[in-house]
Amino acid sequence: MMSFSQQFPIVLNALNVGFLQTLKLFIVTLLGALPLGLIISFGSMSKFKPLSKLVKTIVWIIRGSPLMIQLIIVFYMPGIVFGNPIWGGGETGRFAAAAVAFIINYACYFSEIYRGGIEGVPYGQQEAGEVLGLTKSQIFFKIKLLQVIKRIVPPMSNEIITLVKDTSLARIIALQEVIWAGESFLKGSHGIAGQIWPLFFTAVYYLLFNGLLTILFGKLEKKLDYYRG
Amino acid sequence: MAILEIKNLHKRFGNNEVLKGIDLTLEKGNVLVIIGSSGGGKTTLLRCINFLEKPDKGTISVNGKTVFDSDDPSTTVYKNIRKNRLHFGLVFQQFNLFPHYSVLNNIMLAPKLALKAEMKEYKKQNGASAAKAEKARRLKAIEENAKNLLEQVGLSEKAAAYPFELSGGQQQRVAIARALALEPDILCFDEPTSALDPELVGEVLRVLKELAKSGKTMIVVTHEMRFAKEVADRVIFVNEGTIAEDGTPEQVFDNPQKERTKQFLQSIL
Ligand SMILES: Nc1ncnc2c1ncn2[C@@H]1O[C@H](COP(=O)(O)OP(=O)(O)OP(=O)(O)O)[C@@H](O)[C@H]1O
Ligand SMILES: [Mg+2]
Repeated sequence: MMSFSQQFPIVLNALNVGFLQTLKLFIVTLLGALPLGLIISFGSMSKFKPLSKLVKTIVWIIRGSPLMIQLIIVFYMPGIVFGNPIWGGGETGRFAAAAVAFIINYACYFSEIYRGGIEGVPYGQQEAGEVLGLTKSQIFFKIKLLQVIKRIVPPMSNEIITLVKDTSLARIIALQEVIWAGESFLKGSHGIAGQIWPLFFTAVYYLLFNGLLTILFGKLEKKLDYYRG
Repeated sequence: MAILEIKNLHKRFGNNEVLKGIDLTLEKGNVLVIIGSSGGGKTTLLRCINFLEKPDKGTISVNGKTVFDSDDPSTTVYKNIRKNRLHFGLVFQQFNLFPHYSVLNNIMLAPKLALKAEMKEYKKQNGASAAKAEKARRLKAIEENAKNLLEQVGLSEKAAAYPFELSGGQQQRVAIARALALEPDILCFDEPTSALDPELVGEVLRVLKELAKSGKTMIVVTHEMRFAKEVADRVIFVNEGTIAEDGTPEQVFDNPQKERTKQFLQSIL
């Protein structure tokens, strides 16, 4: 039986590897969901009613059902239902499936935040820009954009901090993220078995990372605090 | 030649015909005050003139040049609207300053953007280095002009402030300076003082009076009768989408022809 001080570096190493996967999923989700969410928000604000209705329905379904189920559907559906296991069984396939599910899910959440931010800018701003002879793109970039950003930073930071924790759901399709790594020491891994503390210890990773994000978002909010309205 | 000529202007929202054939001409340097009961179409008329609403029928000309014609689709293309609308300026009831720009930058934003577009052309014709010098010179002129306008509305010391730091009356004066910066031929005001606390109305009306004195052509929707009597060259009473009364302030206020006008004047006194 290894002593704790012998176990610790081994566990830390394994958790680091797991957290790297967590981080990768987090970043890929953001890179995909931030722009996709904007596109979805334009769809839901479209003046073409059938499009906006359709988009709103999809957003409602995705936001109304558990991400865990969406993960399972994305990962298993192609193989089990359509007999075409596009993801394969390996870690790369699991990651790709997880990324797709996370991007779609978070894009829907982000789209609602974007929509709230865009619709929250008073219409008078648009009209003031118009009567001053600005082009439509000038009105968007010079007048609305910063006001939208200021409105969406607080809800976005909430959602992004939730995303950090949500990445643990990818465990359900056996993605080897940090929780998976912590859990492996229960069953036995790297010569360590029956240990629960590595699983508890994974929380430290989440706390530290979210602490960092909270500080960064706080700074951004402060930067945008120079004006009100 | 009249500076503004509106002919047979119609506008409806759904089944609600809000403007029922407005005919109006305005001479350069005149101040036109528009009065009328709520829902009569005053705002809609100003919004049509400023291309914020598209009239269903009619024409609008400035200095004899047609800027809107319901039968000429080219006058409803955004690109053309953008050029034509610069004949007009509009000051809103709710100011609509840009909250994220300082007072000075609120005033300079549109002129600077216009300059940027102009300089692209200039660069093509005169080369990069000439364009650079010209641009610096013109930017300085824009800033100079913005500062002069701020002085004109009595807010020089607020150049660096943000709108949220200003009172309503100050915000409205900045909005006026912002509109003036583009040197519109006709400056329109939609109830510029009705969102203000009573003690702030005077400072805004003073700016309007000075503008009038300096010969600016203005259209002002307002219920400030004393202001109208003092400043207006002409008053029209808009009622249910038509011009019900049209004349000098004395004619309209002291000797109205229509029963409806008399009722309205009594109701606001
Ligand atoms: N965008 C719109 N859609 C539908 N109806 C509108 C719209 N804008 C104005 N209206 C209607 O047009 C009519 C005239 O409105 P308008 O705002 O021009 O009146 P007004 O003379 O400015 O009134 P007030 O003195 O209250 O400002 C009203 O019945 C109003 O409900
Ligand atoms: Mg009105």
